[in-house]
Amino acid sequence: MKYYRSHVLVCVDPECLKKGAHEVMDALQDELVAQGLIDEVQVLETSRIGDCAHGPELMVYPEGIHYANLTPNDIPYLVEEHFLKGRIATKFIDEQKKSTDEELSAPTAKEVRVVLRNCGVIDPDNIEDYIAEDGYQALGKVLTEDTPEQVIDIVLRSGLRGRGGAGFPTGKKWQFCRASAETPKYIICNADEGDPGAFMNRRVLEGDPHSVLEGMIIGAYAIGCNQGYIYCRAEYPIAVRTLNIAIKQARAMGLLGKNILGSGFDFDIEVRMGAGAFVCGEETALMSSIEGRRGEPRPRPPFPAVKGLFMKPSNINNVETFSNIPQIILRGPEWYASMGTEKSKGTKTFALAGDVKHTGLIEVPFGLTLREIVYDVGGGIKDDKDFKAIQTGGPMGGCLPKEYLDLSMDYEELAKAGSIMGSGGLVVMDEGTCMVDIARFFMEFIQDESCGKCTPCRVGTKRMLEILERICDGKGQPDDIDTLEMLCDQIRQDSLCGLGQGAPNPVVSTLKHFRDEYEAHIVEKRCPAKVCKALIRYEIIDGTCTGCTVCARNCPVSAISGERRQTHVIDPDVCIRCGICMQVCNFNAIVIQ
Amino acid sequence: MTIEIKENTAIQQAVDEAIKRYGIKQDELIPILNDVNRAIGFLPGEALDEISKQLKLPKSQLFSVASFYRMLSTKPRGRHVIQFCENAPCHVAGGRQVWQALVDEIHLNAEETSADGKWSLVTTSCLGICGVGPVMIIDDDIFGNVDPKTIPDILSRYH
Repeated sequence: MKYYRSHVLVCVDPECLKKGAHEVMDALQDELVAQGLIDEVQVLETSRIGDCAHGPELMVYPEGIHYANLTPNDIPYLVEEHFLKGRIATKFIDEQKKSTDEELSAPTAKEVRVVLRNCGVIDPDNIEDYIAEDGYQALGKVLTEDTPEQVIDIVLRSGLRGRGGAGFPTGKKWQFCRASAETPKYIICNADEGDPGAFMNRRVLEGDPHSVLEGMIIGAYAIGCNQGYIYCRAEYPIAVRTLNIAIKQARAMGLLGKNILGSGFDFDIEVRMGAGAFVCGEETALMSSIEGRRGEPRPRPPFPAVKGLFMKPSNINNVETFSNIPQIILRGPEWYASMGTEKSKGTKTFALAGDVKHTGLIEVPFGLTLREIVYDVGGGIKDDKDFKAIQTGGPMGGCLPKEYLDLSMDYEELAKAGSIMGSGGLVVMDEGTCMVDIARFFMEFIQDESCGKCTPCRVGTKRMLEILERICDGKGQPDDIDTLEMLCDQIRQDSLCGLGQGAPNPVVSTLKHFRDEYEAHIVEKRCPAKVCKALIRYEIIDGTCTGCTVCARNCPVSAISGERRQTHVIDPDVCIRCGICMQVCNFNAIVIQ
Repeated sequence: MTIEIKENTAIQQAVDEAIKRYGIKQDELIPILNDVNRAIGFLPGEALDEISKQLKLPKSQLFSVASFYRMLSTKPRGRHVIQFCENAPCHVAGGRQVWQALVDEIHLNAEETSADGKWSLVTTSCLGICGVGPVMIIDDDIFGNVDPKTIPDILSRYH
């Protein structure tokens, strides 16, 4: 490959394109040719590097400088300053941003990047960039030096566990599938990342697709199969496009197809797109969907390793799991196992969201405490409020209160505390969050996404949602908590797949840790966090109110009355609790009771 | 009468193209339905009939698939489909206000199509671009950091 002293990555996301990213790129190419720099500086297209609000924008590597708000007219100056004179053109640097990448800020001291190491650094559409970062070297080593059994042994020794959520040892899974006598076998990559707010896998697929392909090829060699599928959700069109480009390039180089690297091993991969169904992230539902049917789960056993896709032995792993494999082979299982805790090895990516200062993707070794993640990596709670709870594991995960802040992040510890690792969503909630409202919110999502095949999940979640809505509306009944607990037990025990079995988790964990809030809603008809509209009242403080009339003029339902320069009054029967009066009041005279 | 024939030819053409692209394979059903849905805007009964004939699959199975997935529609949709993300990260970033502005502007509720056939309003699952929420997609265009004030301007770009 050709060597360049600088790489310029221009964001070509739809929003930047609309603002003229291609015009900027053309101007840049022309100017580099004019200045005779075109052989030294490479211009590439990339996906999101900022928030596109200040587009067109670009990154210059190796310096890692982020320029924003560019027009084609700015380019001659930029090229002269940066590439000719070697000075940073400060006037195009977006001052508001601390990091160059909103999803992937510069790693803090506690972070270790294994899965995300190439994201935002290499050009995902160019296989040579990946190869330059030691890409496909692990595949070469495996095919020439190791037997399939040795590969499985390496993965077993690394302690790698499935990153899709359940945490089953990857090496064991491969072993089971290898042991199945029937052929053909299939290897599947689960890229149906559906948890709201979790986008770790999208980032890897769009930023480093070859690491996933390489992991899959190695896995296929280990279990002895010749056909792979990547099931990617339709909500990720850019990931599907990137994957297809990567597969085409890998085929052209002989890394996919017949006789890979002259080893006699044949393997190819096909991308399948979903059509919008959350439950398809469940492995048996996913297989039904690849087969061209409704994405409904099947009972297990038989397990996929015996009868999976097309009723043949199949192995299914998550994007992040596959992406770890090449590094484990190259740097050795001991290196991987040196990170993390006794039973959870390596690193894990998380999408940190909610009321925390720095949201976005992070990758940390297992074993960090929640406190380290929230305060050291996440920078603490927004507006320096108090921490109330953290929800781990996506919509089927649990909420953990303050007392668990020193819990170490690992599969077993989380399970003991009543939550799950899940795929890696972390939602931080501050003191202003109502836990009953949160439980209702997640139950609404699960109820909506239930595929309807089995009764406990289809009907049970509906009943639970009705009760939670009733409680939030101030119509909770004394036996509601008991009914909820009974439903939780039954849905968990009797549902067919992980979605149903995990469905009660948000309610179980909030009932366990925040029972007093449920009781306040039901018995006292009070929402302690002052969130549930039916249980709050807006009031104007006598003495603080100056009678400026701004609240009365802004009230959409004319619920506020009062004379000029006199304290105003809100009629609670007319008030719709929209909160506009509180926002417009200049004297902080309106409070929620 | 002429209109009906014209429509039928369009349906036939969309089905033929999709099947030619993916081959007569039952496990390619979802990609085929996706393509036809994209070409026509929804999956009319005639299209399901034709796919059923060519793939040798019972129509009941086709309908069960077409009605299961969120992105496939068996009902006619407007010329432009607005997909709005209603998930937590967009919701807390101001999604509720944007949704209200959207509803006020086009006078539709979720899963409805306007009488003039211009707009359909649907909610979508998380698009994974939570960093720029609230997010919405019109046809294939993604709009991030949407503000209630920018809604009229965005909608005016579509005819």
